[in-house]
Amino acid sequence: MHELKAAEALGFTFDGRALTARTGDTVAAALLANGVQACRQTPVSGAARGPYCMMGVCFECLVVIDGVGNRQGCLVPLRDGMRIETQTGRRHPDGAKS
Amino acid sequence: MITLTAIDQIAEHYDIAVVGAGPTGLAAAARAAELGLSVLLADENPSPGGQIYRAITTTPVTQRGVLGEDYWKGGALVDRLWPTNTAYAPGCTVWSVAPDEVGGFELGLSLGGQARLVATDQVILATGAQERPFPIPGWTLPGVMTAGAAQIALKASGLVPSGRTVIAGCGPLLYLLAGQLAAAGANIVAVLDTMPRRNWLSALAALPDFLRSPYLAKGLKLMAAARGKLPFRTGVTALAAEGSGKVTGVSVTRGGRTKTIACDALLLHQGVIPGINLSNAAGCAQHFDHVQLCWTPTVDDWFASSIPGIAIAGDGAGIGGAESAALRGELASLDAARRFGRLTPVQRDEMAGPTRIALARSLRGRRFLDLLYRPAGAFLAPPADETIVCRCEEVTAGQIRDTASRLGVTGPNQMKAFLRCGMGPCQGRLCGPTVVELIAQAHGLSPTEVGYYRLRPPVKPITLAELAALPPTEAAVKAVVR
Repeated sequence: MHELKAAEALGFTFDGRALTARTGDTVAAALLANGVQACRQTPVSGAARGPYCMMGVCFECLVVIDGVGNRQGCLVPLRDGMRIETQTGRRHPDGAKS
Repeated sequence: MITLTAIDQIAEHYDIAVVGAGPTGLAAAARAAELGLSVLLADENPSPGGQIYRAITTTPVTQRGVLGEDYWKGGALVDRLWPTNTAYAPGCTVWSVAPDEVGGFELGLSLGGQARLVATDQVILATGAQERPFPIPGWTLPGVMTAGAAQIALKASGLVPSGRTVIAGCGPLLYLLAGQLAAAGANIVAVLDTMPRRNWLSALAALPDFLRSPYLAKGLKLMAAARGKLPFRTGVTALAAEGSGKVTGVSVTRGGRTKTIACDALLLHQGVIPGINLSNAAGCAQHFDHVQLCWTPTVDDWFASSIPGIAIAGDGAGIGGAESAALRGELASLDAARRFGRLTPVQRDEMAGPTRIALARSLRGRRFLDLLYRPAGAFLAPPADETIVCRCEEVTAGQIRDTASRLGVTGPNQMKAFLRCGMGPCQGRLCGPTVVELIAQAHGLSPTEVGYYRLRPPVKPITLAELAALPPTEAAVKAVVR
């Protein structure tokens, strides 16, 4: 996806990559605006998944945000300096990502 | 309106708690507050408006024509709330509604990573609609989204799909979105209409009412605008998203012939259905609506559910559209005030008069739309065995059919035990209707006979740390202290 109009930008990282997005975006929207379509791998087969409903229903946009896993990207407003990571497969109890 | 940004700003008790800040919740909260009740308006999203008026106070889309005049009507609903004392909690998830020990309810809330239990005398669930699951092969590929998702990205963030975009499915939103995205400059290479042509036959009987409805002018304008400019393909009978790792094309079957259209984004829509997870988990009665083809909480004329003190208003109790949603929220609040003794039944009825007339007007013609845009059977119960039905646990249509027929599984709860469908984080929101349909088909039963998942709180995942940090109730303390 691409933005209609540029606005004040926030800086964040996705899997270590420095990116920017508009103030007011959710995490999922910020990823889409940067051309990121896949943001997690399923715990069952490891298939890539990305935001699907953007309204908190489908849980496909689950990501790790600042070390906390299973966050619904479409419901979390982006903050400056956020560290967002792909949620890979099955989660383990002792860490945010496997 | 007081905006609450941290969990400890929420009071211990409210007269009424409204869940969801779409048109229903905004109207319900405003009316209840105007009648002098203390109101908590809890909403999952960062700003008010629900999905239909998503980001109405913050949208970066400034050209009014892109989203259309109907969208901008949402501003008035928020404006009405401003002068009231409503406690509005954005980014707040309600994961449980349960009766408490004193005849009210205990709400489980989560905000900013912290959970709380809050007491309320009455609850109005205004949780709205979600898009109907649209299971086709490949619908889990990144780059495939719901039409509603694309619309939310446009309203909230001013995002437009990049590259070749295909919109597929059935229903008024399909035309609306196609028009909006085209106005915003998207490259729409095909609009694939799956509406079964024979729907016209059943819908014709409801046509006279529709002709007198406010939908008509709007609907015709939408259709004409979209059809005139965009590459429409009608009579689509099968669809499959193609690609590896992301969508790169969509295979389309029309008139018995199949071809592939290359695309970078595929947007799916097959109508909307009530979001019933919270009402179902609270124990409110529900039934299968055979016209709208969806599970719907059972409510009376005032939108009171089977549990006294819980009302369910707006599209969450049957699809009626944004205008009717706000009116239904209004009526639910009047009845809540009557329960409190703020209004006598006569006063309530008098105040409700004009709202009831407006509601009847806003629903006129709805039946025609319901019948005309009924999804084809192939999109309710996918014929291709490899189609993933439960996206979370990756359970296919073939597995469900097989388990239903060979192992004699007759209900969705039993199916869940066998295959784990409905046990992932979405808690059946994206597979429930399809699982029921597949079981019904396998056994020649109706969805009513098959039943639906029995859902339990928390209806949204919360962390164990959040649960553990909740103050223990007296009953819980008694249970472990000897």
